[in-house]
Amino acid sequence: MLGEAAQLALNGLMAGTVLAVPAIGFTAIYAVLRFPNFTVASHLTIGAFAGWVANAALGWPAALAVAAAFVVAGVAGVLSDELLLKPLRPAGALTTAIGAVALTILLENALRFVFGNDLRGYDLPIRRDWRLGALRVGPQQVENLAMAVLAMAAVFVFLAFTRMGKAMRAVADNPMLAGIKGIDADRVARLTNFVAMGLAGVGGMLVGLDTSIDPLTGFRVILSVFAAAVVGGLGSIPGAVLGALAIGVGEELSLLVLAPAYRTVVGFAAILVVLTLRPRGLLGERAY
Amino acid sequence: MENYLVAMAVFAGLYALMALGLNVVWGMTGMINLGLVGFFAVGAYVSALLCKRAGAPIALGIAAAAVLAAGAGAAMAITTARLRGDYLAIITLGFSEVVRLVASNELWLTNGTDGISGIPGPWRGRLTPAAFNMLYLGLVAVAVAVTFVVCQRVRHSAYGRVLRAIRDDDQVAAVAGKRVIAFKVQAFAVSAAILGVAGALWGHYTSYIAPEAFVPLVTIYVVLALTAGGTGNNAGAVLGAVLVVFFMEATRFATGWITALGPVQVAALRESLIGAGLLVVLRLRPYGLLPERIVPVAPPR
Repeated sequence: MLGEAAQLALNGLMAGTVLAVPAIGFTAIYAVLRFPNFTVASHLTIGAFAGWVANAALGWPAALAVAAAFVVAGVAGVLSDELLLKPLRPAGALTTAIGAVALTILLENALRFVFGNDLRGYDLPIRRDWRLGALRVGPQQVENLAMAVLAMAAVFVFLAFTRMGKAMRAVADNPMLAGIKGIDADRVARLTNFVAMGLAGVGGMLVGLDTSIDPLTGFRVILSVFAAAVVGGLGSIPGAVLGALAIGVGEELSLLVLAPAYRTVVGFAAILVVLTLRPRGLLGERAY
Repeated sequence: MENYLVAMAVFAGLYALMALGLNVVWGMTGMINLGLVGFFAVGAYVSALLCKRAGAPIALGIAAAAVLAAGAGAAMAITTARLRGDYLAIITLGFSEVVRLVASNELWLTNGTDGISGIPGPWRGRLTPAAFNMLYLGLVAVAVAVTFVVCQRVRHSAYGRVLRAIRDDDQVAAVAGKRVIAFKVQAFAVSAAILGVAGALWGHYTSYIAPEAFVPLVTIYVVLALTAGGTGNNAGAVLGAVLVVFFMEATRFATGWITALGPVQVAALRESLIGAGLLVVLRLRPYGLLPERIVPVAPPR
C-alpha cells in the first residue's frame, strides 16, 4: 500500500510537471489579456498533431518534433487570436470567452476533418522501465519530464531577464502604466499568444507521447489545466507550476480510492475547494 | 416528412426553452454559463431515472429535474459569487464535463455509455407515433409559452431591473442596497431549473439518453441561438433557437449532396459551421436580430 502510494506520487509528480507546461500557457494569457482562453484545449491538440506529423510521418526524433509542436501551435495561436478573438475583446472578457469556446469547436473539427477520429501513436523505441528499489520509471516519462522542465526553465529565463519578458510582466501587472512607459500592448499580446499556445502545443505532444492522440486529446486534459491554473492562482505563473504538481499528484493518488475514469474529477473538486477556501489560489494573482 | 417536421419543431421548442433559460443569466444578469449542457443533462437523467426506475409520474420527474438542476446551479453560483465572471465560466465548463464523466461511468445508475432506453413518454403506448408527436409538440409549445411569459414578466418587473443593474454594474446595484449575491444565486438557480426542465422533456420525447448527447457543442448551439436572436431579448431567444435548428437541418441536407466526403468529415464540417457561425455573429451582429430594447420607466412622483 505504502509502496503503491509512493509509486503513484512519483507518477503524479511527473504527470504534474508535464501538465504545468500548458497550465503556464493558460495562466499567462489570463495574466496579460484578462480572459480565460479556452482555445488552449485545441492548441494542445494542434501541437500534438504537429508533433505527430513531424515524428511519425517525417521521421524526426521526439525532441525535435516537440520543437515543431511549439512553433506550429504558437503560430496557430497568434493567427487565431489576431483574426478571431482580438476583435471580440472590446465587447468584454466573457464575450471573448464565449468566442474562445466556439473557436475551440471550430479548430477541433478542422483537425477531425483532416485526420479523422482514429487514435494515433508516436513512433518511439520500445524500452524497458528503469527500477529504483521498489519504484518503476519509464525512460519516456523521464524524457518528457526533462523536456517539460527545460521548457519551463526557458520561460522563466525569458520572463526574468529579457526585455520582452519584462514588458510582458509589466503589462500583466498594470496595463495602463505599461502603456505610459511606451510598451506596445499589441506586440506583447502577440508574443504572449505565441509563447502560451506554443507551450500548450508542447504540453499536448508530451501528453500524447505517453499515450496516443486524437482530436479530443486537448479536451480530455483541459479540466486538469484549468484546475492547475486556478489552484495555483489564476494569472500566476509559479502558481500554475505549483498547482499543476498538486493536481498531478492528487489525480494519481486518487487512484487509491477512485476509479481511473474519475481522475479529472479530482481537478474539478480541487477548483471548488480552493475557490471556497482561498479564492485567489495558492500564490495569488500576481503574474510572477 | 410530416413526422420529421413535427420532430424538428419539438427540438426547436426545447432549444428555445434552453435559450430562454440562458437569457435569464447571460442576457439579464450578465453571468456566463458555458456548461449549460451539464444542467440539461442533470435534468434529463433525474427525470428519466425517477420515471423509469422508480415508476414516478412524469410530471413529478420533471419537477425533480428542475429542483436538482437548480440546486446544482445555485452551488456553482455560490462558489464563484464573489469572484470575477471568468471563474464562473471555468467552473461551469468543468461542471458539464464532470456530469458527462459521471454519466459515463456510474454503470449501476446511468448504464454508462450505453445510455438509458425506454424512458416513458406521456400516453406513448396509447397513441400512434404521429399522434404522440403532435401531443408532445403541444406540450413543448405550452412549456415554451409559459416560460416566455414568466421571463417577460420578470424582465419588466422591479426584480428584472435589479438583475439588469447587476449586469451593467454590480457595484452600483450594491450601493443601491440590493443584495447582489442573493440575486445572482437566484437568477442562476432559475436558469438552471429551466435548463433541467428542457433536459427532462428531451428525454421523455426521445425515450433514450446517453452521455454522448451532452457534449459542449450543445452549449454552443444554445449560446448561438441566444446571441443570434438577441441577448437580453426573450423573443430573440425563441427566434434564435428556431433559426439554429433550421440552420443545422439545412446543413444536414446540404452536406448530404457532397458525396466526396466520409461521414466523419461531414460531421466535422457541420460542427465547424456552428462554431464559425457563432464567431461570425459575435463579430458582425453582437446584438442579434432582435436587439434588447429597454422600456424607460417613469420615475416615481
